[in-house]
Amino acid sequence: MAVQSMPATQVQWRDGKRYLWIMGAIMPLVPFAAWGLVAATGSDVFYWFGPVFVFVVIPLVDLLTGLDRNNPPDEVIEALENDKYYRWVTYAFIPMQYLSFVWGAWMLGRGGLDVADKVGLSLGIGMVAGIAINTAHEMGHKKEQHERWFARIALAQPFYGHFFIEHNRGHHVRVATPEDPASSRVGETVWGFLPRTVWGSLKSAWGLEKRRLERRKQSPWTLRNDVLNAWTMSVVLWSAVMLAFGWQIFPYLVIQALVGIWLLESVNYLEHYGMLRQRTESGRYERVNPSHSWNSNNIGTNVLLYHLQRHSDHHANPTRRYQALRDFKESPVLPTGYAGMIVLTWVPAIWRKVMDPRVLAHFDGDITRANLHPRKRDRIIAKYDGRRAEGVHAA
Amino acid sequence: MSRFVCPNCEYVYDEEHGDPREGWAPGTPFDQIDPDWCCPDCGVREQQDFEPLDDNDDGDMAPGAAGRAGA
Repeated sequence: MAVQSMPATQVQWRDGKRYLWIMGAIMPLVPFAAWGLVAATGSDVFYWFGPVFVFVVIPLVDLLTGLDRNNPPDEVIEALENDKYYRWVTYAFIPMQYLSFVWGAWMLGRGGLDVADKVGLSLGIGMVAGIAINTAHEMGHKKEQHERWFARIALAQPFYGHFFIEHNRGHHVRVATPEDPASSRVGETVWGFLPRTVWGSLKSAWGLEKRRLERRKQSPWTLRNDVLNAWTMSVVLWSAVMLAFGWQIFPYLVIQALVGIWLLESVNYLEHYGMLRQRTESGRYERVNPSHSWNSNNIGTNVLLYHLQRHSDHHANPTRRYQALRDFKESPVLPTGYAGMIVLTWVPAIWRKVMDPRVLAHFDGDITRANLHPRKRDRIIAKYDGRRAEGVHAA
Repeated sequence: MSRFVCPNCEYVYDEEHGDPREGWAPGTPFDQIDPDWCCPDCGVREQQDFEPLDDNDDGDMAPGAAGRAGA
């Protein structure tokens, strides 16, 4: 019998997900799959396959495959980050995304579809747009200039190029504070959160670039402004597909962009729901720590979103590559993966029933330490202070 | 001319080169930079959190080295 030797200086660790990461780059094929199902069955209803895949198939995979607590040990993190294979997997997403988008635009313009089919297909293209924002998120955090450009290229489809500025320099700085438009509050519904985060993030991104350019003694009205050069890419891309396949596809381009933005901002909603950093004696907010983000270790969503759900480690180490992100035992955990949790956000009463007790338990029964919706603050405190007196603690 | 390192991501601000993209011209002393200016790479540490780099430590930007320099 062979004895496995473990040299004291070298840690043996195999990444069980190494080849699963390719799934992320295959995800843009979902609209093709929709068309394939229509061709195979003869039923037009399958043009609506995109949202079914994201909100039914992925949550089911999460429920069936369970959790993945496997963490790379500290000793291998650096080698793992330097393994170029992992970054190529994310780069591969972009050609797939563009192939899918251009084909989708062609179908919308020249495919002879009726309005219902086109709306269904646009939702599927929008699912890809939303996941593309996540891929852009992974690349936009990196120090390499070319990866930051790839992020902008991926963001052209959903017309959300300002995201990579606001997210890195705005959201990460102010996360889990009332000042962050992208951190949701207890009592805030996703439908109330969406306009606040979209508008607030846009204003913040513009302000960040304006201040940076002011220091350079430049006007914000220049293509050096990363907000404007990212939006220019969207104008070029959308114009190109409209020139090629007809201006009539414009409303469907808008639909897919809105769907992608909604998907991304829904994830923002659930990542920091109710979390609040306390102020230190100096008046600054305490540093972001693992307790300020909601995590999930469901393997389906983790693979499709490049470990985005290991969100605490991401906020602690924003430039760390996805393959090296770890699960922290002290982080608050969602009951299922992000995809399934988005479904819960649709009915705010259910969302609050599931999440508010968890926020309460996270703050040891003291709801005043949570990030509360200002308009509902008194009502929430009145409700949970009563429970605290009764000594009720959620699991 | 001194250098300062971000304790989170090892971004280095070198006074000699400044960071023109961020609006800090070459030669801008570190103490003239806004204390709330955040690290352009990771975004989670600010000017006031940066640590001085020991100039004898050329090329070694490990956080441990910065810690030693700061101690």
